[in-house]
Formats: sequence, structure tokens, C-alpha cells
Amino acid sequence: MIKAILIFNNHGKPRLSKFYQRYSEDTQQQIIRETFHLVSKRDENVCNFLEGGLLIGGSDNKLIYRHYATLYFVFCVDSSESELGILDLIQVFVETLDKCFENVCELDLIFHVDKVHNILAEMVMGGMVLETNMNEIVTQIDAQNKLEKSEAGLAGAPARAVSAVKNMNLPEIPRNINIGDISIKVPNLPTFK
Amino acid sequence: MALKMVKGSIDRMFDKNLQDLVRGIRNHKEDEAKYISQCIDEIKQELKQDNIAVKANAVCKLTYLQMLGYDISWAAFNIIEVMSASKFTFKRIGYLAASQCFHEGTDVIMLTTNQIRKDLSSPNQYDTGVALTGLSCFVTPDLARDLANDIMTLMSHTKPYIRKKAVLIMYKVFLKYPESLRPAFPRLKEKLEDPDPGVQSAAVNVICELARRNPKNYLSLAPLFFKLMTSSTNNWVLIKIIKLASILHFVYRIRFGALTPLEPRLGKKLIEPLTNLIHSTSAMSLLYECVNTVIAVLISLSSGMPNHSASIQLCVQKLRILIEDSDQNLKYLGLLAMSKILKTHPKSVQSHKDLILQCLDDKDESIRLRALDLLYGMVSKKNLMEIVKKLMIHVDKAEGTTYRDELLTKIIDICSQSNYQYITNFEWYISILVELTRLEGTRHGHLIAAQMLDVAIRVKAIRKFAVSQMAMLLDNAHLIASNTQRNGICEVLYAAAWICGEFSEHLEEANQTLEAMLRPKVTTLPGHIQAVYVQNMVKLYASILQQKEQAGEKEAAQEITQLMIERLPQFVQSADLEVQERASCILQLIKYIQKLQVKEVPVAEEVIALFAGELNPVAPKAQKKVPVPEGLDLDAWINEPPSDSESEDEKPKTIFHEEEQRHSRHRQPEIDEEELARRREARKQEQANNPFYIKSSPSPQKRYQDTPGVEHIPVVQIDLSVPLKVPGMPMSDQYVKLEEERRHKQKLEKDKKKKKQKKEKRGKHHRHNSLHTESEEDIAPAHHVDIITEEMPENALPSDEDDKDPNDPYKALDIDLDKPLADSEKLPVQRHRNVETLKSPDSEVPLVEKKSKKPKKKEKKHKDKERDKGKKKEKEKKVVEEEEEEEKKGEDLDFWLSTAPPTAPTPQPQKSSKHKKKKHKKEKEEKSKDKKKSKKKSHHSEEEPPESVQNGTLEDEPLPPMSSYRLLAENPYIKMTYDIQGNLQNDSQVTVSVIFENKSTSFLKSMELNVLDSLNTKMLRPEGSSVHDGIPVPFQLPPGISNEAQFVFTLQSIVMAQKLKGTLSFIVKNDEGSTHEKLDFKLHFSCASYLITTPCYSDAFAKLLESGDLHMSSIKVDGISISFQHLLAKICFHHHFSVVERVDSCASMYSRSIQGHHVCLLVKKGENSVSIDGKCNDSTLLSNLLDEMKETLSKC
Repeated sequence: MIKAILIFNNHGKPRLSKFYQRYSEDTQQQIIRETFHLVSKRDENVCNFLEGGLLIGGSDNKLIYRHYATLYFVFCVDSSESELGILDLIQVFVETLDKCFENVCELDLIFHVDKVHNILAEMVMGGMVLETNMNEIVTQIDAQNKLEKSEAGLAGAPARAVSAVKNMNLPEIPRNINIGDISIKVPNLPTFK
Repeated sequence: MALKMVKGSIDRMFDKNLQDLVRGIRNHKEDEAKYISQCIDEIKQELKQDNIAVKANAVCKLTYLQMLGYDISWAAFNIIEVMSASKFTFKRIGYLAASQCFHEGTDVIMLTTNQIRKDLSSPNQYDTGVALTGLSCFVTPDLARDLANDIMTLMSHTKPYIRKKAVLIMYKVFLKYPESLRPAFPRLKEKLEDPDPGVQSAAVNVICELARRNPKNYLSLAPLFFKLMTSSTNNWVLIKIIKLASILHFVYRIRFGALTPLEPRLGKKLIEPLTNLIHSTSAMSLLYECVNTVIAVLISLSSGMPNHSASIQLCVQKLRILIEDSDQNLKYLGLLAMSKILKTHPKSVQSHKDLILQCLDDKDESIRLRALDLLYGMVSKKNLMEIVKKLMIHVDKAEGTTYRDELLTKIIDICSQSNYQYITNFEWYISILVELTRLEGTRHGHLIAAQMLDVAIRVKAIRKFAVSQMAMLLDNAHLIASNTQRNGICEVLYAAAWICGEFSEHLEEANQTLEAMLRPKVTTLPGHIQAVYVQNMVKLYASILQQKEQAGEKEAAQEITQLMIERLPQFVQSADLEVQERASCILQLIKYIQKLQVKEVPVAEEVIALFAGELNPVAPKAQKKVPVPEGLDLDAWINEPPSDSESEDEKPKTIFHEEEQRHSRHRQPEIDEEELARRREARKQEQANNPFYIKSSPSPQKRYQDTPGVEHIPVVQIDLSVPLKVPGMPMSDQYVKLEEERRHKQKLEKDKKKKKQKKEKRGKHHRHNSLHTESEEDIAPAHHVDIITEEMPENALPSDEDDKDPNDPYKALDIDLDKPLADSEKLPVQRHRNVETLKSPDSEVPLVEKKSKKPKKKEKKHKDKERDKGKKKEKEKKVVEEEEEEEKKGEDLDFWLSTAPPTAPTPQPQKSSKHKKKKHKKEKEEKSKDKKKSKKKSHHSEEEPPESVQNGTLEDEPLPPMSSYRLLAENPYIKMTYDIQGNLQNDSQVTVSVIFENKSTSFLKSMELNVLDSLNTKMLRPEGSSVHDGIPVPFQLPPGISNEAQFVFTLQSIVMAQKLKGTLSFIVKNDEGSTHEKLDFKLHFSCASYLITTPCYSDAFAKLLESGDLHMSSIKVDGISISFQHLLAKICFHHHFSVVERVDSCASMYSRSIQGHHVCLLVKKGENSVSIDGKCNDSTLLSNLLDEMKETLSKC
């Protein structure tokens, strides 16, 4: 089982938090802080597994994480998950994000956390892996987006326009902070296909 | 109206959306909290509007704020509103918010039930999908119960997208509502072979999670998984299956023991595809899991395969390559796998000690921790000191308290494992513990303290040394307790004070220690430590007093009393209640002593009597294991229960620290002085004979003089080299050296002896290389270490369940899945409540149904109760059936494992048939016992285990399947089979279970069963109905479905078999319309059905036969070809007998009728015939029984 999925940046700012076990909001923040603390002090070239998160349940659990440019993707899992399998899953997740957002960067995650949640929901459900095939995930997401667009219909158009105007007012938004080289893979680790 | 809508949508454009909110927060870095509270106010306004789009937008923003740590549970109702929006866009927002913040405590969650049900059945697959996803995060027991059936329907949805989600969510439903597991399991199993790989993977996922918790229930799936393993191409699925395979294999081994000949076959069967996978896969993850499982299998093949150690070695070698790899992930995983081998083959891992110690220096903490784990299993008597020494160096170097704390706990774990098995020198260990107290800022002070206490209490021989060390610690307490607030290490002072006080007779300079304990600085320590100080300084005081009085130094004794009186007031002023109370109590006591001293009355004996008595360690579970004496009801009130208002005031409040309560002393109050003196003397003697005690003594020579013979012990010269009194000086190293020297000496001595022996036995060519390969058994402990085992109460109840957590949510899922379903186990289906007017004869059903008409709340309560009951029943059954199941599964696996085609009818293996017999017996017993309560159960007497059919290898089933269900009647629509069981509780009732099987393609409903009562036998009808009314069957039958109903009959006499005529009427409904049909039947009550399998001991049996008031009769049947076991099994099964004793081809059997007739049989088998002699209270019953038996046997 996956106990939690966290995404935060190099400064520990949460970009997504998904807990598959009930924790109070305060505990959730503590977990995020603690996890960030544990993960951020690790060198780049050490292993991607980490034990000893105190808050998020017992000795059976493990943190499996990957670091892409400015973002940490952390999965907290128990012993029924395969370590290398989860690493691959993170890779699939990031590649899917890259596909859905077209060159994903941290800002995409900042402003569209709901979309990230929707993508994640197609991969992991209730702490169990639902789908590992990227094409299948993207197909479902596209279909849902289409449905959403058709529902918005005409009324959606002005809203989108306004939103575009609002974005224009903020020229400082940099669009090119890429999430980094998502093709960094753990050596010897072909992904699931 | 339209205008309003347009206006609304225009307004909306200028509302803040999620992006605006995020942007706003980023622009208000300085006053973020203020800005957000402003936003929350806005959101509250938005939520008040009617426009659902505005609400959805607000909820979307709330979800973001939740991530930042803001509690949004106040908006739960609004979230539900958004969830119920008709548009998918909004619905998704609502469900996302719900999944982030709803939980079991959310009170409005029950309002969602109908909305979710509606969404689940929505024509839009994404509505369903989003509902499933959301539900998976917040499902509660109530939701699970109410929606289980809907979700189960979705498992067969046409779209794989829905199917896979429905399958996956079932796991959550099972967790919350365990009763759903059995009804849903067949379909779940079906999904393992779903054409869609996603669905398949989901099913594998769920079953793996289930099997991980209760693997033994899933053994029967092994063949199916095996098939998947060889056929699947999805790596994710394969990894899961392989992980499961190793679990199942492991369980299999435990269940059937390493001796079963089956076992290597299973192993081989697994290894082959695994090695194939290893060769073919390119995914490292899969490869690693395969290697892992191969290891697991190889480990468990420890017996029966001669070359397994070579294979283990090979695996270890491969892992070594992984560990040496530059990729840190592989290194980590290699170590992880290594630790698995370590558990069973420590020797093969121990040879890689170098590599693992090297990993301790790795820069990666994860890897270091893994290596530490491995060390734990690698220690031996020989290398313990060396390894701990290395770890101590790491402790000094370690940066970061977490890792250092981890090291500390590991050191303690390593040393204390299996009751200090590897410690040869406890002085060394104590000094290690003392060294560890120098760690600053560790959280584990209490761990060290606990170890000190444990060692000092349990290793008698070490007490003297321990006391001297502890006295030193107390003396240097200021070093340890320098900053008490954040320092957990001061906990060791607790142990130190206690040890010094309790074993004060070993203290050399008690005065000095007492002085140290009375320092003003002590008052800065935490309260619970001070309390221990106070208590133990009195112990010290008492022993000093005695010493002085014995020596006749009255003034010194008075001085010490004066010192106490001067210093104690500082504790009397303590803010800590416990300290204050103890101190003031003791102060008064000492003042009184002073008065006596002034009068020159000797007081020491009486003071010391306060603390007399040996303290024995008590096992932590001792209290729990004290058997409750007969007739003691702990729940009963001793006095009249107080009224509510009273109890409120009298509620005990915990005022004192827990620690103090824990250490309350167990004393034996009545020990006379003589006994004490004797014990003390004995102890002194024991210690005097031990040379290792001399070191801490200030004047060792003195002691030697009064203990003759000690001088020969060669260790004496060493004691000068141990500077015990230097605080803070690491000493353990010296012990290592000492130990080495000692071992060396021992070795030399041994070699000498050996040489002597060799000289004596000249002829031997074989030479021992004992100089280099000293096995650890050779190392004798430094001194006689007498580890006192922990005490247990007399007649403690042995139980293995000590460690099980009663609150484990997975325990409820420990459900046998192989039993066929009973009709009471259906998932609750939402339906109108108008059909429940029928009254079934079964005692429980009407009760439930009556209740269900009452308001909903009550229903819920009752259901809960029922659930509890169900669980209890399940448990009861479990106990009895455990063995039986085991057998069954063993057989199934046997079929699957036997690759060779079934050979010609092999002679029955004795053992298995015996087991089988036992099984029948058990089944019967249980059936009769549980009959009344359990409706579900009756089903399982149907012998054929369903999964053996599925395996398709029924051919060599050891015993032909026997079913006690006989055909009642049959027509093209329906088939009825029945079985009759006696009722132990009621001597004039039997229960008839009828299985109705719909053979047609139509729907059968309104079934009604009626019989023509005879004078003797009557069907039990609900009150108020006439004898001509039929009893409605409490279910309907869809095509191809079978179900069971039970009917109770009352009888007057049971000595004769009876036949009753009856009719089943039912309505057949199909596309063309519905027709009314009837089926006549004859219900045959054989005499055997009045018997209840009752076990009987041979002595009771003999007495019964001797009593002489039994009638006798006998029969003989010729032409019997079946084996004797087989024959007995038949009699047991069909005629409800149990075997009392069996000698060769002769057996005595016993049974009892529901009206208490004893029936005894003596069965003898000749060449081709069987003779049965029977004795019974009633001759008619006996002759009828024997006739029935004759009929059964003649069919063989």
C-alpha cells in the first residue's frame, strides 16, 4: 500500500499532498516538514530509499523519492510495494505530467494542483496502484478534459478569456523553468511499458 | 431568470479562482496568514450563493488551502453540495475535496450515501470513476456496508475503466466491512482472469494486500497465481505475484512443516518460472523481486535438498555483487535481501562481514541503517565485542541525533538479544552502557537505564560491579544532568540511584554515595527521578546505619542521621507531589530514629527491615497470564453500583508519574531475619569465590586472605590496569583486551589438554585446527553468569496470542474463503421493506427481520450487533476447522503439484484417511453444537471443496466425496436435496436443511414448502398458522442458483424411522410469463438422523458396556471390498458415530441420540465381510439403526 504521496520543492513548500490514511491537518503539515527535512539533506548520488519517517507509521514503511530539478516526489509505502517498482511509478507519473502539461515545470504544479490530483487519481487509487501504463492514463485524462470543455460550453469562453487577461497582467511568470531532465533514470532501470 | 444566469456567469469571471488565490498568496509573502484568512472569508461568502459554479470554485480553493494546512472540515456540507452537482466538472472538484478532508469522524458523511450510489450507477463512466476514486479515500464502515453491493455489481461493468476501479476499491470495503469479503470473493477471483490487463492487475493487487495479512486463507489460489506468473507480461502484475508467491510459499511451509514430501515440489515449481523470468526480463525491479523470491524459496527448502546451501551461497554471492555496485539503490536493495537470508542462514552472511562493516562507513544513511540491521544478526560470542567497539567509534563520529540514536538502540539490541546470549563478560557490557551515558541529547536515556536495571537485577554476579559503576555515575551526576531540560540521558540516574539503593550492601563507600544523592543540584532533576533518589537514599541510609551500629560507631550513626535531617527538607519543598510526599514521610521517620538514637536504642535492624526481601524479575506478561480463579467474576459489582452522580466525583485521577507506579516493589513481607541473614551469607560466599569482584575493591588483598584458594586464579594481576574510579574514561576497550587475554589463556589451557589427549591417543591422524578456527561454543563466559529467568505465575496460561493486537484492522479479514457461501451471507441490498412478513422456523431470522422494520437507527445498531455475533461465530468455527482446512488445502495443492498423471487406484494412505475421518467427526460435532446459532454453517457438510473442481484434478481425491445431502425430489425446474440433524438442546426437535437448486433458465419465486404432519412428527410452523399452511422459503432463485433453507420438525418418539409426504409449490417466471408449479416429495427421517456425534473415552465406554442395561443385537454384511478406514469413515459420516478405539480391523464406536439413548457398536472386519454388534438402551432403535447401516454397507 502507498500511504502518502507528497510533492514539495527544494524549500519544502508543498505542491501536492495526498494521504491515504487519515491524519489531521496539523499532522499532515508536520509529516511534510519532517519528510522534507529527511529528504532534502541527502546528497544527489545516494540511494532513493529512506527509512525512519517517525510520523508516518512504523518500521514497515519506507520513503521512496526522486528529485527532479526543483521538485521532490516522495512516496511513502509499506513493504508490500516493490522499491524499484515505485521508483518506476514516480517516473511514469512525472512523464505523464510532462505529457499533460506539455513540458511541465514547477509553476504548472503550483497553479494547477487540481489537475495534478486528477492525473494522480488515474494512477493510484486509495493507496493502491491503479494504472502504470502512461498512454492509458493520458487517454483517460484527455477524455475527461474534453468532457469538462463540453460542459463549460459557451459560458466557459469568457471565463477563459478573463483568465488569459489576468495572466497577461503578470508578465513576470516565467514559463521556462522546466522541471528538469526528466529522463534522468536510475541506471539499469527500464520503465514499465 | 436567464438574465440572472448570465449575470451570474459574468460576476463569476471576476471572482477569484484557484490561480488567483495562488498568485495572491505568492504576492503576500509577508502577511500570508492574514491574506489567507481574508480569502477564507471571501470563500465563506461564495459558499452562501446559490450558483453551483461559484460554490465549486470556492471548494476548489479550499482544497488548495487544505494542502497548506488549513482545516476545511467546516465546509463539509458545501463539499457534499458540490459533489452532487450534475456537471462532471463540479462533481470532480467536490469529490477531490471530500477525498482530501473527509474521514470517519465527519458527521455529514452519511448524507453522501445516496449521492454516491447515484453516481456509481451513472451512465457517464467518469462520474462513476470519480465517485469510486473519492470513495476509496473516505469510505467508512457504514458506507461500505451500504454500497458494497453496488460496487460488487460494478466489478462486472462493461467498461474495464470502471471494472478496475471497482475491483481495487473492494479492498477498502473489505477492511471496513469484513462481512463483504466472503460474498465478494468469488467475483474477485474471477477478475484475476479478466481479459483487461488493468483489471487483472487490480485484482492481483487486492488479493496480494489481503493475502499479506492472512496468507493461509489464500493458499488455494496458488495454482491460479502460478498460471498468471507464467503467462502475464505486465511487470507490475508479475512483481506483485512474485511477492505474493514468496509469502504463500513461506506460509505453506509453516503450515505443513518441512517434512512434507510435497514441499520441495512446490519450491521447484516456483523456482523454474522464476529463473526463466530472471533470464528473460530486462526490468531490474522484476529481476530483483525474482532473486528475492528465489532466496525465500531456497531458504525454506532447508530440508530435503542437499545442494541448497550451495544455492544460498550463490544468491549471497549475487547480492554481494549488488552491494558492491556503484548504484546506491542496488546496494541498498542488496543489503535488504541479505537481511532476509540472515534470518535462516546467518553463517553464509557472516562471511561477508567485511563488506557490511564497510557499508557502515557509507555516506548514505539508508545504507548505513540497513547495514546496522544486518549486524544485529551477525554477532556471535566471538565477535560481539569487536562489532560493538566499531559501533562505538561510529557513535562518536556520528552527526545528527537520529542516526546516533539509531546506533545506540542497535548497540543495546545487539547486546541484549536473546537474553544476552552473546555477552560473555557483563562487566564489559556495563562499562559500555556507562560509556553511552556520555552521549548528549539522546532520546534513549530510558533505554540505557532499563538495560542497567535489567542486567543488575538479573545477573546476580555483576551486582557488585554494577553498584560501583552506578555510584560513580551518581558522583558525576552533574556531568550528565548539566542541561536537564532537553537531556534524556539523565534518565540513567534513575537506574543508578535505584541500583545503588537496592544493592547497597555492595557499596564500598556508601557515605560518599549518600552525600552525592543529597546534593542540592539533585533538586533540578525531573520529579520521577528525584522520587527514586529519595526512596533509595533511605535504603542507603539504612545499610549505613546497620554498618555503623555493628561497628559500634554510635556517633557516626548519629552524624549520618543528622545529615539526612539537614538535607531532606530540600525535597520536602519539591513541587513534585510524589517527591514531596515521600520526602516528608521519610523525614518524619528519620526524626523518630534520631530520637531513639539519642536514647541509645539500637534501631538499625528495624530500619533495614523496611527494605528486606529479595527482588525477583517478573515477566512482563506475567500479570496477564494469571489464570482467573474459578467462580471469580471480575465484571460483577462487589457492592451496589453507585449512582451516576457519585461516580463522577470519585473518578480516580492519575496524579503520580507512571514510572513510579511501574516500579512499585514486589515484596514478600514475611521473611524472618534468619532467612535473610542466611541468604546474605550465601550471596557473599558466592561473590567471594568470584575473582572478578576484586577489581572494584579498595583493598583486594584483604579479601584474598579470608577466601582461601582464590590466589590460584590467574586474573589477579590484571586488576591494577583498570582505573575504575576515573570518571568519563572509556573502559570497555580494556575489557576487550582482558577478554582477549582470557580467551587466549583458556585456549592455551584447552590446547594443553588436547595435546595431552592426543598424546594418549596416538593413532589419530586427524588434526584439529582449533587454534585458528575457534568455534564460538568454545568461548566460556568470563564468570559464572546466572541470568535469572523472569518469573511467571503458577499455572500460567500458555498462549501464543499475546502479541496480537486486538485492534488490528486486518484481523477481521481473517476469514475462511473456501467454505461455500450461505444465504445469510449476502451483501445488504437496498430494497423496499415490504416482503418481510414471513416467519421462518429458524430461531434467529424472524428476530432480525422484525427489527429491520423499526426506524433506521435501531436497525443499524442491531446490524452492528449481528456483525459482532458473526465475528464470534466465525472465530469459534475457525478453531474447530483449522485442522480440517489444512487438510483440505494440502490435498488441493497436492493435486496441483502432482505433475505426473494420476496412477491407477493407489491404496489409501493410512494417515490421510484417518485425518479425513477425524474431519467428518469434527464436522458433525460442530454441526450439532452450532446448529442453533449458525445458519450459515450447515452448508459445509457438503463435502466437495469447490476449488478442487476448479483445479480440474480431482482424480486422486483420497476418499470419494461424501455428502450427507440426499436427493429429496427433482423436476426440470428445481432440485431439492436435504440433510437432517438432531438438535442437542432440544430432545424432540430435528432440523432439516434443504438445498433448492434452480435448474431452469427461469426465475423461481414464491416457493412454499408444506408437509403432511403425522401423529409423531410435525413441522414447526409459526404461531398462529394452521397445520395446513405451508412455510414460505425465505428467498427467490435466479437461474442456476442454489440456496439453502432450514425447517424444524418436532417428534415424539425417535426409535423408528419416519416418512412424511410433502409438496413444494412455486412460481416459474420467464419472458413468456409465469406459471404455477408443484413438486411432491417424501421426507425420510432415518434413525441415524436422530443421532448426534458424541465423542466418548474408552473407559467411559467400557463402563457403559458393563452397566448391563443395554439391549444387544448384531448384523453381518458380506461382500465388503472397501478398506476398513473407509468403512469406519462411512459409518461415522452417514450414521453420526465416533470411533472410541480401534485395534487392527476391529473398532468400537459410540453415538448418542437426541433423547439420550446410548448406542455402542463393535465393528469387526473379516476377509470379505463386516460384522457389527450393537448395544443400546432401546432395542427397537438399535435394530432400526443396524438395518440402516446394513443398507449403507451393502451399497459399498
